[in-house]
Amino acid sequence: MKLTENTQRIALLASVVVLAVLPLPDFWITQLNYIALYSLVILGLVLLTGIGGLTSFGQAAFVGVGAYTSAYLTVNMGFSPWVTVFAGLAITAVSALVLGWLTLRMSGHYLPLATIAWGLSLYYLMGNLDALGKYDGILGVPTLKLMDWDIGQGRPFFVFAWSMVLLGAFALLNLLDSRTGRAIRALRTGSQMAEAMGVDTLRYKIGIFLIAALFASLSGWLLAHFQRAVNPSPFGLKMGIEYLFMAVLGGAGYVWGALSGALVTKLLEDQLQVLLPKLIGTSGSYEIIVFGIVLVLVLKYLPEGMWSLVGRWLPKPQRINNWQNAAALPERTKPAIGDTVLEVQAIRKQFGGLVAVNDIGFSIQAGQIVGLIGPNGAGKSTTFNLITGVLGLTSGTVKFRGEVVSGRPSREIARRGVSRTFQHVKMIPEMTVLENVALGAQLRGHKGALSSMLRLDRAEEQSLLREAARQLERIGMGSQMHELAGNLAMGPQRLLEIARALCSDPALLLLDEPAAGLRPMEKLALAGVLRRLRCGGMGILLVEHDMDLVMDVTDHIVVMEFGTKLMEGTPEEVQQSPKVRAAYLGTEH
Amino acid sequence: MDLSIVSILLLDGMTNGAVYALLGLATVLVFAVTRVIFIPQGEFVAYGALTLAIFQTGKVPGTVWLLLLMAVLAAVLDTRLTWQHTRNAPKALKAGAMTLLVPAVVAVLSIWAAPQQFPLLVQALLTVAVVTAFGPLVYRLAYQSLADASSLVLLIVSVGVHFAMTGLGLLFFGAEGFRNPSFWDARFSFGALNLSGQAVIIFGVSLALIVLLWQFFEHTLYGKALRATAVNRLGARLMGISSHGAGQATFAMAALIGALSGLLIGPTTTVFYDSGFLIGLKGFVAAVIGGLASYPTAAVGALFVGIVEAFGSFWASAFKEVIVFTLILPILLWRSMAGGHTEEH
Amino acid sequence: MTETVLSVKGLRAGYGRAEVLHGIDLQAPKGSVITVIGPNGAGKSTFLNALMGILPAQGQIEFQGQPISALSLEERVMLGIALVPEKRELFGTMPVEDNLVLGAFRQVRLRNPKWRAQIDVVYALFPRLKERRTQLAGTLSGGERQMLAVGRALMSHPTLLMLDEPSLGLAPLVVREIFRTVENLRKTGVTILLVEQNARAALETADYGYVLEMGEVALNGAASDLATDPRVIDTYLGAARKKAEA
Repeated sequence: MKLTENTQRIALLASVVVLAVLPLPDFWITQLNYIALYSLVILGLVLLTGIGGLTSFGQAAFVGVGAYTSAYLTVNMGFSPWVTVFAGLAITAVSALVLGWLTLRMSGHYLPLATIAWGLSLYYLMGNLDALGKYDGILGVPTLKLMDWDIGQGRPFFVFAWSMVLLGAFALLNLLDSRTGRAIRALRTGSQMAEAMGVDTLRYKIGIFLIAALFASLSGWLLAHFQRAVNPSPFGLKMGIEYLFMAVLGGAGYVWGALSGALVTKLLEDQLQVLLPKLIGTSGSYEIIVFGIVLVLVLKYLPEGMWSLVGRWLPKPQRINNWQNAAALPERTKPAIGDTVLEVQAIRKQFGGLVAVNDIGFSIQAGQIVGLIGPNGAGKSTTFNLITGVLGLTSGTVKFRGEVVSGRPSREIARRGVSRTFQHVKMIPEMTVLENVALGAQLRGHKGALSSMLRLDRAEEQSLLREAARQLERIGMGSQMHELAGNLAMGPQRLLEIARALCSDPALLLLDEPAAGLRPMEKLALAGVLRRLRCGGMGILLVEHDMDLVMDVTDHIVVMEFGTKLMEGTPEEVQQSPKVRAAYLGTEH
Repeated sequence: MDLSIVSILLLDGMTNGAVYALLGLATVLVFAVTRVIFIPQGEFVAYGALTLAIFQTGKVPGTVWLLLLMAVLAAVLDTRLTWQHTRNAPKALKAGAMTLLVPAVVAVLSIWAAPQQFPLLVQALLTVAVVTAFGPLVYRLAYQSLADASSLVLLIVSVGVHFAMTGLGLLFFGAEGFRNPSFWDARFSFGALNLSGQAVIIFGVSLALIVLLWQFFEHTLYGKALRATAVNRLGARLMGISSHGAGQATFAMAALIGALSGLLIGPTTTVFYDSGFLIGLKGFVAAVIGGLASYPTAAVGALFVGIVEAFGSFWASAFKEVIVFTLILPILLWRSMAGGHTEEH
Repeated sequence: MTETVLSVKGLRAGYGRAEVLHGIDLQAPKGSVITVIGPNGAGKSTFLNALMGILPAQGQIEFQGQPISALSLEERVMLGIALVPEKRELFGTMPVEDNLVLGAFRQVRLRNPKWRAQIDVVYALFPRLKERRTQLAGTLSGGERQMLAVGRALMSHPTLLMLDEPSLGLAPLVVREIFRTVENLRKTGVTILLVEQNARAALETADYGYVLEMGEVALNGAASDLATDPRVIDTYLGAARKKAEA
C-alpha cells in the first residue's frame, strides 16, 4: 500500500508528537531542539546555495537579526514574542533586500566573499552596540507562552520547533515542484538559458536570498526565546561556516539533506567533544579539526552529500499522469504561412577593432526553414546571439513580426514568441524530461512563490504539465517524459531542447547546431520533426554544420564567411556556387 | 587632533599595513597561480610566531610532528598515484621518497636542535623552514586533486583547511598566547615619532620581499612559468609546465611569507592560536582591493587598511572592524563588475 | 625503411558520454607531412587533443615505438610532441619574447645550455615577431598570433609538431605564408601532423592525407590523389545534392 504525499507528511508531523511523549532523556530533547534551530537555517541554505547555486557564509548574521530584534523589543518594550517575530522578519527582509541587491549582482567567487564581508560586519555591529548589550548581549528574554502554557522549553518546544521545521521543509518541497521551482533550478545553469525561457534571473536570485534570510530569522527568534538570552557569539562567521558545512555534509541540493546534515553534525560534535580530549589527553574543543578534514574529504569524494546516497537507494516515485482534464493554455495568434516573421537588416557586431558580423541581412517567413552555414569562425554563432538578444548590436535592426526587437533583453524577445535551442545542451539534469520541457512554458504561467508553497497553484501547474506532455508527444518523446534528463543520450537531449522551445508557443524557432553529436537515424528523425513544424506554419532558422541535413531540409540558405554574407539561395544554388566551394574547401587567391 | 597624533597613527597604521601587505601579496600570489582563495594564510602567520615561541622554551613544537605526519601521508598518496599510472614499483617508491625528503630533513633537524637552545636568529631560521615545508603539503593533500574545480569549491576547501589548521593550532600551542622577544631592541626618535627597531625590520623585510618577488616573477624563467600557469593553464601545460609543480611551489612561497610575517608580528602583539584568522582576513581585504591580481594595488590597499584601522581604532575603537568589512562591499562589487561575467556551468 | 614517428590504432575518444572518435588508425613516417581534413564536427580537433593527452582516450598510441597512452600531457611534451591548438592558448598578457622563452621550457628542463639560440632561429623564420618582441601577445593580429603560436611550439625542438587548423580565421595571403612555413619546417626534419579545414591548401603541402567524417576515417591516400578525388568534395558539401538531382 503506497501512501500519498499528504498522508506521508501528516504521518511525519504526528511522529514529532509521538517522539515528544516517549521517555527520551532530557539531554536528547535539548540536543534535538538545537538541531531543529539549525535545520531551519540550513533549509534556507539548501534553497539558496544547493539549488540556487549562490554560496552564502553569512546566514548566521540573519539569525542574529531575528534574535536581537525580538530580544530587544520583548525585554525593553514589553511586546509579546508573537508580535516581535513579525518585526524581526520585517527588519530581516529589509536588510536582505538591501544586501541582496548589492551582493547578487556579483558573479563567481565575489559573491561568497561579499557574504563573508557583511556577515563579519553585522557580527561586529551586534557585538559593539550599547543598546544590544555589546558582547554580553541581552538577558532575561521571556519564554514563549501559548495562553498560560510554556511552550518555549523542553518537550513542548520540541513539538513547536520541529513542527515549524517540517512545515518549512514541506513549503520548500512544494516550491521546488512548481513553475517557480523550475525557474530557481534553472539559475544554476547560468543566466543564458534561464533568460531565454523568460526568467528574470536577478529577481529570482533576490527572491531565494530573501526566503533563506527569513528562514534564518525565524530560527533566531526561536533561539532567543528558547535560550532566554542573546549574545553575538552564535551569529559570527564561524557559525556561518558551520551552517554551510552542515548543508554540504547532508547534501546541499536536497531538502531532507538539511535535516540530516544538522543531525549528523550535532551528534558527531557531541561525541567528539567527549572523545577527543580523552584521546589527546588535554581539554579543549578539537572537533573543528575533524570537521575541517571531513569538509575537504566530502568535497573530494562525496560532493553531493550524504542524502545523495539515500537518493540512490530510494528512487523518487514517478509522477502520475493526471493532467488530461486540465485547461489548455491560451495560444497566441500565429502569422499566416508566407508572412515575414523575422527581418534582419544590416546587423553589425564589433568587438573593439574586430568586426565579427559585418552588415548581414536576410529574412524568414512563416512556414519556411532557413539555414545559416559557413566555415568555422564565419560569425554564425555571433549572428545567432545578436538575434536572440544575448549580445547587443553595434548597429542594424532586427524585426520580429514587424516589431523592432533589437536592443531588448533576451527574455523580452522570448516573450514575443521567439524560442531557441543551444549549441551545448543546457538543461537541468536532476529534473525529469517533462519538468525540463515545462520550463519552456514559464511565461505562460503566473503563479508565484507563495502560491506554490501553499499549493494554490495546482490548476495552473496541471495546465503547464499538460502542455509539456503535448509537445513531447509531438516530437515523439512521449514515452520518456518521466526519465531524468541527465540520463539521456545526446540525441534525445537535443530533442528535449526543441520540445522545450516549442512549449513557449513560438512563431519563430532558432536552432543552434541541433544535429551535432546525433547518430544518422536520429538526424532523420530530427529532419522529420522540422518538416512537420514547417507544415504547421513555424518559421525556423537553422545554424548547422551537417550539410546532408541542411541541404535536405532547408528551403533557403544564407552562407557566411569572415562575418560577411557570401551569398544566399536555394540549396541547389548554394551547392553549385563556386564561391561557396572555395570558402569551404580552401582557395587559391 | 594635532599633527603628532596624526603622525603616530599613520606610523602605526603603516607598520601594520606593511604586514597586511605581505599577506595580501601571498593571497594574490596563490590566487594568481592556482585560483585558490587561501583563507588559512593567517594560520601560517600564527604557526610561525608560535613555533618560534615554543623553540624559545627549548621544546620541540608540535608543528614539527604535524609536518612529519602530513609528509608521510603525501608520500603514500604520491607512491600510490605513480604506481597506478606506471605499474613501475621503483619509480613509485622514488616518487614517494622525493615527497618525504625535505620535510623529513627539516623535522629531524628541528628535533635535534630544539633542546640545544640556539640563538634567536637560528631558531627563527628553523621556524621558517618548518612552516615553509607545510605549504606544498597543504596543496598536495587538500587542493591538488581538485585542480580543475571551480574557484568556489576551492574556497570551501580553504574553509575546511582553515578549520583544521586552527584546531590543530589549539592542540599544539594551547590556549595561551605568546609574545616573542624583539629581534632588534633599538629605538629611534624623529621628533614626536618613536620608531622601534622592530618596525624598521618590518618595513625592511616587507620592502625586500616585494622587490624579490617582483624580480622573481618578472625576470626569471621559473617566475614567468608560474605566472603563465595562471594566465593560461592549458597553454602552460602544453609547454611542459606542470600545474601541480606550480601549485606546490606557490604554496611554499605563501607559507614562507606567512612564516616571516609571523616572526615580524610576534614581538609586537600577543599571538594566540586563533589570532591568524583576523590578520589573514585583513591581508585578504588588501588583496581584494588589488582585484586579486595586482601586487602594487594590493600593497597600497594594505596600507590603506592599516591606516583606516589605526584611525578607526582611535575614534571609535569598537567599530573599527565594522568599518573595515563594510568598506569592502563596494570594492567587491566594483571588482566583480570590472572582472566581467563568465558563465559558470 | 623510414622510422614511424607516430602510430595510432583504434583510437576512441569523446567528451563525457558522447563518443566523438570511433576508432582511428593513422601512421606518420619520420619527416613527413600528414594532413587530416574533413568537415566541421568530424572530430579533427578531438583527435589532436586525444593524441596530446588533453582528453582521455582508448586505443593504442605509439610515439617513436613507445606506447604513450598512460603518460600525462606534460610527459608527452617532454618526449618531444608539441601541439599548436585551435585556440592558440597564448599568454596574452605577456610579451612576445616571454611567450617564446616559455616555449623553451622543455629544453631548459632537459638542461640544454643552448636553448636561447633557438629564439634567433624562430625570429629568422618570422621576422615580424622580432619587430614586435616586446608587444603583448594579446594585442597581435590574427596572423601574427598564429606565427607566435607556431614559433613558441618550435622553441621546444619537437620531434612531432601537430597543428590544429593553422589557417583558421586568417586572410588568404597569411594562409599562404603559413603553409610556406610548414613547407620550410619539413626541411628541418620535423614530422608534421596538420589538421585543416582548408582542404585544398593542406593537400598541396602534405605527403599523405586522411579524410575524417563523423569520427571515422572515410578516405586516406597520397595527398595528390585525394586532391582530385570527387568524394572529397561530397564529404564537404553534402551528398544530398545527388538526391536533389535524382
